[in-house]
Amino acid sequence: MIPEKNTTEQSRVIAICLLAGKIMLQSGGETYRVEDTMKRMAAALGLPHSHSYVVPTGIFFSVDATEPAKLIRISERTTDLDKVSEVNAVSRRIGQGELSVQEAHDLLLQIEGKPSSYSARVKLLAAALSSGCFTIMFGGGWDDFLPAVICGGIGYAAVIVFHRLVLVKFFAELSASFVIGLLAFLLVAIGAGHERDKIIIGSVMPLVPGLLITNAVRDLMAGHLVSGLSKGAEAFLTAFAIGTGIAVVFSLFT
Amino acid sequence: MLHFIEQALTSFVASAAFGIIFNAPRRMLLHGGFVGMIGWIIYVVLEYTADAVPATLAATIAVGVISQMFSRLFRAPVIIFSVAGIIPLVPGGLAYNAMRSFVQNDYSAAIEMAAKALMLSGAIAVGLVLSEVLNQMIRRLPGALRAKS
Repeated sequence: MIPEKNTTEQSRVIAICLLAGKIMLQSGGETYRVEDTMKRMAAALGLPHSHSYVVPTGIFFSVDATEPAKLIRISERTTDLDKVSEVNAVSRRIGQGELSVQEAHDLLLQIEGKPSSYSARVKLLAAALSSGCFTIMFGGGWDDFLPAVICGGIGYAAVIVFHRLVLVKFFAELSASFVIGLLAFLLVAIGAGHERDKIIIGSVMPLVPGLLITNAVRDLMAGHLVSGLSKGAEAFLTAFAIGTGIAVVFSLFT
Repeated sequence: MLHFIEQALTSFVASAAFGIIFNAPRRMLLHGGFVGMIGWIIYVVLEYTADAVPATLAATIAVGVISQMFSRLFRAPVIIFSVAGIIPLVPGGLAYNAMRSFVQNDYSAAIEMAAKALMLSGAIAVGLVLSEVLNQMIRRLPGALRAKS
């Protein structure tokens, strides 16, 4: 018979591990790292025989036979490296025995509610600037730098606005790449830009699921077959949306 | 020479800017930019003489190794540095081109580019895993040598 107090302590540890896993997964942490972090945290807090199974859309976590396994559904995923790094720091401190269960819980809640460290305007500027830089990196000339900055910035703004309007990510990406294509054609037509393709490729880079493609292959190689396939499917859908948006512009004007 | 300076500068800015988009911690932005620049320069230099796939592989291994070093040096997860570092290498443009060709009914070109994009993604994944394995081997090397003697 397990004493009452022990069980509540155990369920609090489980809650902390789940919260940490949830924040990491929602912020773009790799699935195997989320599994690893949760297991390490549980072990450091006195539950050495935990199992965690993480897929991009959910977390399963069980500690032993007496406590029922827990499940968390993840529906919204972004990339927020700051949160991944903060949760990592908390897990490290738990491992070194610096944090009590209560302190860890408070810290994690604080991290979960933490606003983005950059304002929307700064992110927009960054996206615009990187679009211009990518155009140069992919062999474009400096006279296409500014057109790419304009297209990339407006395209990034469009994907955010459209996503708020329709809530379907696929459609938001399609519309945004349509806007980018349209702008690129327009800028080349009025003589502001020279190489349409280079401008478009640079401008869609902030939207392209490059990280997802690579993570998908990496998950597959590490044996996380479900994660790999679902990330691959997500990446494929995004690439398809971007390609379609641009293709509509091409079929309209050529 | 001017070409390389230009490429170094733009890849640095692009990688650091991606750090902002991905909400990387403020004090790690320059590090991310640096990793991205090293990776891209290696890629650009190697692409002159070799194919894109080995060039990407070599660049990713470099990015992985530097990211692992930075991770231990600055006590932050590897992903913060490796993400910014591999973004320039990721075949996003190729994936986009492939998709555009699919939609425009140019299937043979589309399949060719999609296969190439897959190969490059594979090269990046292999490079990252290899650098991780290298890192583990180096860390275990002293212990392994001692155990033998």
